[in-house]
Amino acid sequence: MAKSSLPGFDAIPFGRLYDWLDERVGVKEVVEFAKKKVVPEHSQSFWYYWGGMSIFFFTVQLVSGILLLVYYRPGEGAYDSVRQLVYEIDFGWLIRSVHSWAANLMVFSVFVHMFSTFFMKAYRGPREFGWWSGLGLLGMVTLFGFSGYLLPMDELAFFATKVGLEIPKNMPGMRPLIENIVQGGPDVSSVTIQRFFALHVVILPLMFLPLLTFHLWMVMKHGNAVPQSEELKPASQRRTVPFFPNFFIKDLAMWLIALNVLAILAAMYPWPLGVQADPLASAPEGIHPEWYFMNQFELLKILGRILPGMAGEIGGVLMFTLGGVLWGLVPLFDTSSKFGSRARIATWFGFMVIASLIALTVLGYYEVVVTKS
Amino acid sequence: MPDITLDENTAATPDAAHPPEGVSRRGFIVQAALGAAGVCYAGAVAYPVYRYLAAPAQQAAELAAVKEVKIPEDKMPAPGTALMFRFGSRPTMLIHHKDGTMVCLTAVCTHLGCTVQYQPEQDHIHCACHGGTYDAHTGANISGPPPKPLQRFNVERANGEVLITRV
Repeated sequence: MAKSSLPGFDAIPFGRLYDWLDERVGVKEVVEFAKKKVVPEHSQSFWYYWGGMSIFFFTVQLVSGILLLVYYRPGEGAYDSVRQLVYEIDFGWLIRSVHSWAANLMVFSVFVHMFSTFFMKAYRGPREFGWWSGLGLLGMVTLFGFSGYLLPMDELAFFATKVGLEIPKNMPGMRPLIENIVQGGPDVSSVTIQRFFALHVVILPLMFLPLLTFHLWMVMKHGNAVPQSEELKPASQRRTVPFFPNFFIKDLAMWLIALNVLAILAAMYPWPLGVQADPLASAPEGIHPEWYFMNQFELLKILGRILPGMAGEIGGVLMFTLGGVLWGLVPLFDTSSKFGSRARIATWFGFMVIASLIALTVLGYYEVVVTKS
Repeated sequence: MPDITLDENTAATPDAAHPPEGVSRRGFIVQAALGAAGVCYAGAVAYPVYRYLAAPAQQAAELAAVKEVKIPEDKMPAPGTALMFRFGSRPTMLIHHKDGTMVCLTAVCTHLGCTVQYQPEQDHIHCACHGGTYDAHTGANISGPPPKPLQRFNVERANGEVLITRV
């Protein structure tokens, strides 16, 4: 009998299976590659878990989304099918609650991942494409959120989508494109649901998965970036742990924590289903967007008070577009690996972005509470 | 007399009129033809797809072309209330004021398109999305972000019915 090349597996049939597989598909190369991968270990290592955490929530979305597909019906009967799913199907409320909560947690962990990447300056060469593919994924995550939000077609879903689509309609030349292609008519209707459904369950996943693969390939190729405090240390003083199995086990532990948090939130705070959307009913008092759109909502509100007419909306969209472009171009601007002046400007820019996002969000919620009371 | 032959190599041969760094005439024609064919194919695919996707919007536009809407007597709003109905595809409101006058306005906020509501206590029209208000008699935008007044409709009362037509 040929000796197995996997240590410790000589005596059992698994070793022979391993060899049989290795000869045919090349398992050894993958194992060798995984063994060589290391993850830096330092005081900021905690932030390395948030990319994996985002993938965990994405996996939850895939599984719970497929389960929702079993009962969900897009089009005219959309609200009815969600109502049945929540109130008549065993554990339907839980599956939907998990899908909604995991969506929010995924957006949160993606943001943590992005900001930690930013402050660790992990976007610097040769990792620019990691940053850009990540921003592409973030854009798709927001589209996932926006398109999924409409699908139950309750009151909140209807008006959120209406306002969300109305803002780009005010940009020059966009109205016919959005009404004809995205919305399928002058108003949000069952035609829009059908389109958003196709976007949410086919088009976006089809685009998301290859980009995610590329994003992961970038991490594999270049490894994790280290913060500047580590970069300044001589190589002999830097510590690393093997990715497999050491870091992977810690990743799994983080996923377990994430699963527990998700289970508690989904079970204790079931995602509500509002009343059915009625285009002839007025928008309900205190209506506001999800927390991750709150900052844009509040900025538009503030600009609307200062600028006349639609100039507020156009100005707001321009500001966010400009901010987004600057955010994307940061790897080209902040290239130095020393503590140069550009590096400090980029760091301050990051702090400013976080501070204004938080301030606008808090102000937005404050105003919602004030209007309601 | 030198024999001039126009064979395939002539166009590709560099000469004074066609410096070697430029694209040869033959190459240019081939590229232009390929480009034109590409545009034709792209158009032939994109146009039906665009029309296919835009069909519901076109149908809604035809539906919106209605000239008038009749409100029967039994649907008439009581004084101090408003009736919501569709004029074509747009939500529209018929306000019956306490003084007996009737005003018909489009119920879609001119800011970001939310459906507005009539508030009889304040005697104005309010949008809950971003807090815009309008005059309940004229439709003029009073405060908040709305950039334009609400569109008005003609209201004619005859035989207990109300006839709504475009201004």
